[in-house]
This record gives sequence, structure tokens and C-alpha cells, in this order.
Amino acid sequence: MTRLILMLVFFICCSTGGEIAMTYGMKQVGEPQGFSPKAVLLFIGRAVQSGWVWFALPLLAASFYSLLVLLSWAPLSVVIPASAFNYVVGTFGAKYLLREQVSPKRWMGVIMVCIGVSLVLLT
Amino acid sequence: MSHERRLRIKTLVMVLLMVVCANFGDLMLKRGMLQIGAVQMSPSGIWVALLSTIHNATIWLGILFLIAFTFCYMTAVSWADYSYVMPAGAFGYAVQTLLAVVILHEVVTARRWFGVVLIVVGVLLVGQTHPSTTAPKPVAS
Repeated sequence: MTRLILMLVFFICCSTGGEIAMTYGMKQVGEPQGFSPKAVLLFIGRAVQSGWVWFALPLLAASFYSLLVLLSWAPLSVVIPASAFNYVVGTFGAKYLLREQVSPKRWMGVIMVCIGVSLVLLT
Repeated sequence: MSHERRLRIKTLVMVLLMVVCANFGDLMLKRGMLQIGAVQMSPSGIWVALLSTIHNATIWLGILFLIAFTFCYMTAVSWADYSYVMPAGAFGYAVQTLLAVVILHEVVTARRWFGVVLIVVGVLLVGQTHPSTTAPKPVAS
């Protein structure tokens, strides 16, 4: 049980940290000009030059592999609800690290989504 | 079309693509890991699991879907807030339940329906906020 909880904490830290670093990097890269093959390649080219994207990748890879380990240890119905806590941790990260304006309405939505995901997958 | 309306529509399209790719990816990974079996937490056990995942086609299919998900996610957060995109992606759980009822004729409990309602209302609440609250960055050329 302890190793399952520790792995879940590791998964949430890597997942949220990776996504926040990726978002920070992509905000610096800017949005693609279009979705033609050339525009997509230019967009990817800009993204791979971002240090924050490269910082995010090992974190996301670690979260991916820890998810694989969790899935091999416990059923999906246990792993996914626990990881639903990512929504709340991620919103705190968005507010305090990315300086996004999280209105009370958005907080309410995030908390409802978090509880809803847990209820859906716990049944 | 106004800038905000265009922003909402393109974010919605990206989130829907994220939902489809993430759901198929997770499904393939779970199927692949069931084929491999429980991972032993020792250096040799992790090495064997790593080799097994590399040689498993179902895992690779899952990885392809998750790469597509990552691309859609990177594109969405290049213009929209992380705290907007992330909860909106949870709409996939509601879709999964509806598909289970309509296609698989599964019986869904009241608790699960309540969860679906919470997700839908939560996503609608987040959807009513402005998709981007940080300063706009220059468009990639």
C-alpha cells in the first residue's frame, strides 16, 4: 500500500510539473500559423528549441512510466481516480507558477471535474 | 468571426482531439500491460519490463496515440490557459460513460451518472471563463 501511495505521489508530481513546464515553454513558442504540413513543421521546429519543453519531456516520460507501473500494480479504477487529484494540483500550479487568472467560476469547475472523475471511475 | 469566438472554437477542436487520442492511448496501454503482467520493482525486473514494453505492438499503438495527444495538448496550451485546457479534457470520462451505455449496453449506477453530471457542469463552468488570461505572445512564424 505504501509503495502504491509513494508511486502515486511521484506520478502526480512528474505529471503536473511536466505539464506546467510544457505550457510555459509553449507560451514562449507561440501558436502555429496554420495546420498545413509546413506550418506544423515550423511549429514543431520552434518547440524543440525551447529549453522548457526539453525540461518537461523527462518529467512527462517519468510520469508515463510510473503510470505503466501503477497500471500493472492496481486496476484502472483505482489508479485513475487517485490521479484525478492532478486537476487540483495543476490548477494551483497554473495560478502560482504560470500566473493564470483562475476565477472562482473556474475553481468551481475544476473541483466539480475532480470529484466527478473520481465518482465515474470509482463505480 | 470575433477573436474570442475563434479562440473558443479552435480550443474546443483541440480538446476533442485530445480526448479521443488519450482514451484510445490509455486503452491500448492497459491492454499491453495486461499482456506483459505485473512489473517487479528490482533492477532486473524493471529491465525485463522495459524490454517487454519495447517488443509489445499494443504498447506502441498506445504510444502513437499518446504522441498525437501530446501534439494536440502542446498546440492548445500555446494559445489557451493550462487551467482551461486540463479540466476540459476530462469531458472524455463523460463520453466514455455514454458510449458504454449506448454501444455496450452497460448498466450505469446512479453514482456514476452523478459523476458524469458533475464533469459536464464543471467543464461548462470552465468553458464559460476566458480561454486565455495571460498576456498574448507573438505568433510562431
